[in-house]
Amino acid sequence: MAPLVPKSGDAIFASIDRVNAELFTLTYGAMVRQLLTDLEEVDVVNKQLDQMGYNIGVRLIDEFLAKSNVSRCVDFKETADVIAKVGLKMFLGVTASVSNWDPEGSSFSLVLDDNPLVDFVELPDTFQGLHYCNILSGVIRGALEMVSMKTEITWIRDMLHGDDAYELRVKLLKQIPEEYPYKDDE
Amino acid sequence: MIGVGKIKHYTNLLEKPLSRGRQEVSLSAFAFLFSELVQYNQTQVDNIAELERRLEDAGYAVGARVLELLCHREKVADSLEKGTEHEDEYMISEKELLVNRFISIPKDMGAFNCGAFVAGIVKGVLDSAGFPAVVTAHFVPMEGQQRPRTTILIKFAEEVLRREARLG
Repeated sequence: MAPLVPKSGDAIFASIDRVNAELFTLTYGAMVRQLLTDLEEVDVVNKQLDQMGYNIGVRLIDEFLAKSNVSRCVDFKETADVIAKVGLKMFLGVTASVSNWDPEGSSFSLVLDDNPLVDFVELPDTFQGLHYCNILSGVIRGALEMVSMKTEITWIRDMLHGDDAYELRVKLLKQIPEEYPYKDDE
Repeated sequence: MIGVGKIKHYTNLLEKPLSRGRQEVSLSAFAFLFSELVQYNQTQVDNIAELERRLEDAGYAVGARVLELLCHREKVADSLEKGTEHEDEYMISEKELLVNRFISIPKDMGAFNCGAFVAGIVKGVLDSAGFPAVVTAHFVPMEGQQRPRTTILIKFAEEVLRREARLG
């Protein structure tokens, strides 16, 4: 079979079904509001959002791999680019930039200027500790874990806290070798 | 309680142009999000009625904030009909409601319908526009079709009908 050419984020986004971003944004807002009402503590809500994101990420990766035709990433740098340019574009319709690589190449910053999750959102004083978009960190963590990378993801900058952009720090903890339950027949 | 407490004064939020309304996200992003919303609510309730109620409340919050209803499709809903039995009832029906497309209902959940979320949105929109109504979502099995249609039933409040009558 001829090798599949990886598609650009724009091309994939144009070819899939899309919905109005406002609906998405408001649904997310309704969900965060429900969590805040039920759980009350911002730390608990942050954890819950991360967990929900994780649940999404482990399923989202399948769709991503199927639709994007990307081949196995050679190194973590390629992974970072793929997330920023293809992954985020495909699902959220926005791209991010990758920056601030550490000298070993094991952690980078993902910077988003545009974030559909937070349109029309303001954080009241009582919830300043809330990482409103924490679902994103969970999604990336879950998706990467399914392709054998264990990561730790933290928020560096958050526009809802007054910063000028959204910055996520993605740190590769370790590569988990894939385990096959049975011998390969080659 | 949510909403209580000072809101920090970010002038830019209200001054941001609304032109970004034409932005889109992938359908699957919405589907994933909605599925988590439903799953989370499942852990918070004991029965289906409560689950539907919570989804409806979430939808209401959405509807109250958006008057352009579900404009992600070129065409509008499949049909808008007036109920035959009661003067104050209208129905919007859709063959495959967006929120039901990716959801399968386990047998023990019986008549649960995620359309409750959409019903909430419609109710929110109507309330904000000054047309209070009771809005519910129903499955209507159709002959010859695998999946039932979803109908959103709108029952307008008394005052709306009286007002309509006055306006002639």
